[in-house]
Amino acid sequence: MPVLTPETIRPREAMICAQHIHKSFGATSVLRGISLELQRGEVVAIIGPSGSGKSTFLRCLNHLETIDSGRITVEGEVLVENDANGQARYVPEAKIRSIGRKMGMVFQSFNLFPHLTVLENIIEAPMLVKKMARADIVPRAEQLLQKVGLLDKRDAYPNRLSGGQKQRVAIARALAMGPDILLFDEPTSALDPELTGEVLRTMRELAQEHMTMLVVTHEMGFARDVANRVIFMDKGEIVEQAPAQAFFANPQQQRTKAFLHNTL
Amino acid sequence: MEYVISLLGPMWSGAQVTLKLFVITMLLSIPLGLALALVRISRLRSLSAAVGAYIWLMRGTPLMLQLLFIYFALPFVPVIGVRLPDFPSAVVAFALNYAAYFAEIFRAGIQSIDRGQYEGAKVLGLTYGQTMRRIILPQMWTRILPPVSNETITLVKDTSLIYVLALNDLLRVARGVVQRDFTFTPFIVAGCFYLGMTLILTWIFQYLERRHARFDA
Repeated sequence: MPVLTPETIRPREAMICAQHIHKSFGATSVLRGISLELQRGEVVAIIGPSGSGKSTFLRCLNHLETIDSGRITVEGEVLVENDANGQARYVPEAKIRSIGRKMGMVFQSFNLFPHLTVLENIIEAPMLVKKMARADIVPRAEQLLQKVGLLDKRDAYPNRLSGGQKQRVAIARALAMGPDILLFDEPTSALDPELTGEVLRTMRELAQEHMTMLVVTHEMGFARDVANRVIFMDKGEIVEQAPAQAFFANPQQQRTKAFLHNTL
Repeated sequence: MEYVISLLGPMWSGAQVTLKLFVITMLLSIPLGLALALVRISRLRSLSAAVGAYIWLMRGTPLMLQLLFIYFALPFVPVIGVRLPDFPSAVVAFALNYAAYFAEIFRAGIQSIDRGQYEGAKVLGLTYGQTMRRIILPQMWTRILPPVSNETITLVKDTSLIYVLALNDLLRVARGVVQRDFTFTPFIVAGCFYLGMTLILTWIFQYLERRHARFDA
């Protein structure tokens, strides 16, 4: 009789497993066979020049974009896989939605709801989607606001916040849904340089709490210091990936070297 | 002055007809316009096209023609032919016509909302219906207040078209008195009534715009 440990019940299963993802916008091929596995608690940074397809790839994982072919599973559940003709076939709408709820997302442009206060932004989805009572979610929302250091902005409208504050609210909003994975799409790219620090600090804290995170970023410092693994994408392909320290200390590919040379 | 005061009674009864048509038209055409706008932007291609054709028809022909058609011609149309009394005829024509204009305002308002709002809602797990109801439409109202205000003020004045159905609205009452007494004073009084009504509407919309401004980006 085997011992029942978490590992034997559920053999080490990737949080996200993407295989051979292809996607084109019209005649332009933006993803050419991307594969990625994200393990529980792992922080992976995706870097690369603009137009390399890194944001598109991230958006494919939670169905903001659809793929042409390939296979994506989230915690073992199939979101999309190829049919007999090699065309991507998605699972039914309700299933897509339930898989999507495993992932939270933080956008470059924040996408806070401007007509709702900070607190309302955070409690809206738990109330609508999880049918939680207001009284149950408000303490949790306040706790999250405390965590991102914005409890005093609880009743402010987003137009009263700085970019860095908006992004921290967006992170709290994503966390309020209790996701297993957080996707970040260039979370600091729209921010003034002096405001990126506060957002990166919040992300660093999440990493220390072993949140599973996939981060598309231009912040090389963050990638080096916080990520476990760094992936370099160019022209719709993964050129190179390695543990963060090794990646920056000793890049193997010519294209990676050229990119790092230009950005650092 | 005494003459003006003596006019107020009959003018007020005319104004009541005007106001009644105005209020009922608003109550019917705004929900109908919203429904049309939502169908227009939906992925239901054929329904969307049908709404497009409807809007073209209602905006492309004179409201007066629509009024006359519903009152005089509709009874002779096969299948749907019904004979409506004069005031209900006017209500139907105005509601159908204004719904088309409101539908276009709403559509433009909905489509002016940033795509990021839909994406933000989607990644939080909201359904399309929840996204529309809780995220998109509340923001739409803020943006469409100025054009809706315009349309509403136009409606107050358009109500005077119902004279063609011999309904005694404010302007027709005034005209009757002008012809009886050989003086233009009733027209001036009627003008003041219209100005009063539109002033109140202007205040209401100013108040709404101010209230919405607190979260406007």
